[in-house]
Amino acid sequence: MVNGNLDFEKPLVELESRIAELRRFSKEKNIDLTEEITTLEKKAAKLRHEIYANLTPGQRVQLARHPKRPLALDFINLIFPDFLELHGDRLYRDDHAIIGGLATLEGSPVTVIAEQKGRDTKENIARNFGMPFPEGYRKALRLMKQAEKFGRPIITLIDTPGAFPGLEAEQRGQAEAIAVNLMYMSRLAVPIVVVVIGEGGSGGALAIGVGDRILMLENAQYSVISPEGCAAILWHDASFAPEAAAALKITAKDLFELKVIDEIIPEPLGGAHRDYAETAANVKAAIVRNLQELKKIDVKDLVEQRYAKFRKMGVFYEASEDKEA
Amino acid sequence: MATIKDFFRSKPKYVTVHQPSTDDRREIPDGLWVKCEECGNLLFNKELERSLMVCPKCGYHYRVSARFRIANLVDEDSFEEFDADLIPGDPLGFPAYPEKTRAAQEKTGLKEAVITGRCRIKGIPVILGVMEFGFIGGSMGSVVGEKITRAAERAIETKLPLIIISTSGGARMQEGILSLMQMAKTSAAIGRLDEAGGLYISVLANPCTAGVMASFASLGDIIIAAPKALVAFAGPRVIEQTVREKLPPGSHRSEFVMEHGFVDLIVDRRELRDTLAKLLHFHGRTAVGGVSNG
Ligand SMILES: [Zn+2]
Repeated sequence: MVNGNLDFEKPLVELESRIAELRRFSKEKNIDLTEEITTLEKKAAKLRHEIYANLTPGQRVQLARHPKRPLALDFINLIFPDFLELHGDRLYRDDHAIIGGLATLEGSPVTVIAEQKGRDTKENIARNFGMPFPEGYRKALRLMKQAEKFGRPIITLIDTPGAFPGLEAEQRGQAEAIAVNLMYMSRLAVPIVVVVIGEGGSGGALAIGVGDRILMLENAQYSVISPEGCAAILWHDASFAPEAAAALKITAKDLFELKVIDEIIPEPLGGAHRDYAETAANVKAAIVRNLQELKKIDVKDLVEQRYAKFRKMGVFYEASEDKEA
Repeated sequence: MATIKDFFRSKPKYVTVHQPSTDDRREIPDGLWVKCEECGNLLFNKELERSLMVCPKCGYHYRVSARFRIANLVDEDSFEEFDADLIPGDPLGFPAYPEKTRAAQEKTGLKEAVITGRCRIKGIPVILGVMEFGFIGGSMGSVVGEKITRAAERAIETKLPLIIISTSGGARMQEGILSLMQMAKTSAAIGRLDEAGGLYISVLANPCTAGVMASFASLGDIIIAAPKALVAFAGPRVIEQTVREKLPPGSHRSEFVMEHGFVDLIVDRRELRDTLAKLLHFHGRTAVGGVSNG
């Protein structure tokens, strides 16, 4: 990776910087280079399409973890400009890998819960690289129960490599925190819209991921195990991660086909990092549309449908009938 | 039977699990004498088996099969298995998965990593689920998720207590995201049982980690752990590999987990039947004669 760009993007990034250079040169020296620039731009558009139209699962993983990819707070700033963050789980401390708070969406109050990675080393340390501790999940649950009390819909944004696996997390009950969230989220009596915006890292993602609608950005990923972890188990070599990414079926398209997500939210060509505003607008439109539908459903039916939604996930056979359930 | 049958949406298959532990030979070291892996004392094989594969000298719990656990926990001939015919698919077309499940089936004599059913413990009717670590590390794929969910739903329908003995390395990688979703599915089902006022006792056997620990196994009204069992979200190996923390001795073991407040009690395998019966009594559950509807 060079200057925060991915290897497979390199030819495009080089071409784009040449165009920018020509523009600057043309302006400085007052020389008309329109023709040259237009030619290069056409070339760039063609290249962009070639590179991004046929991404491998491994390349999508790189996009989902792209250093410039919009993070939860970027989406929050663009979609919920009046967001007010609320802190702490009222039990232990405030976990900075999970953000929660209140905002309005199209004039109606909502509760927003999001997993937040850091943009640089300093912020990543503060945010624990987006890996929540149990107190993060307990803060999320506290705010979700608050949302239920006041009849506010819940919107969660998923972006985490996973729940933190350290000793302190064990001491404070990481497994219990996740399990309790799964149980309560399945029965909260308000609409829940989940958006996987980047990395959906296993149980750490699912712990804020039980909802009525599961949406996923085009280049996001969602997996039971990291491709590196899977490769280490299967091939005893983490460098087989791209092969593992393909085998695990972790792209938005895969998950849509497996009926785990409801909708794929399109990203600008080249990935979300190329246009934050457009990506956020797409996410917002999808949330608003889904919430409108959910708000029409009687809350009792909503909870019933949510149970049924997860109830039917899975593929198995009854030996006697040989029929897929 | 017909009346119970009507209760269930899917057709239950009542198959009595082999009671004697003869097909668990593989779990027991060969020979007349065995040297305890833990304390090094020489033990008479029969003696070890009689003490439910717990070393009479040091209390070390040897790993046992799901069938062995059932045979030594429930009233004789009382176990009626549910959903014995559920078999895994290969939804992702994952490398070597069908071969892996076939090998696990041959090795364990089970179709999947959990046995569920209805039985009596000291005369008290319960719904019981027991996981099999020997089946791909007791991993939870779609079948395990479905059987646990159905067991919870049956506990609601029959108003019987639910007991699950969990031992698992977590979600089954080979079924990818669908395995992860079983965590949500089973937790939702336990949530329904909770709302219905049903009793759920979760028993954690060695080891119980990751996806199973982070779902139904952690949601018991009462959580019992086996002595010195590995009980964790992320096992010590994962921690050492990923965050490279140095771990104090005994971390991630039942005693450590209880000390931190996440387990109600630690119960020796030899005492489990009595302890469960006692807990069931505290919840107003009493023994009934013959086959009961609850
Ligand atoms: Zn011993």
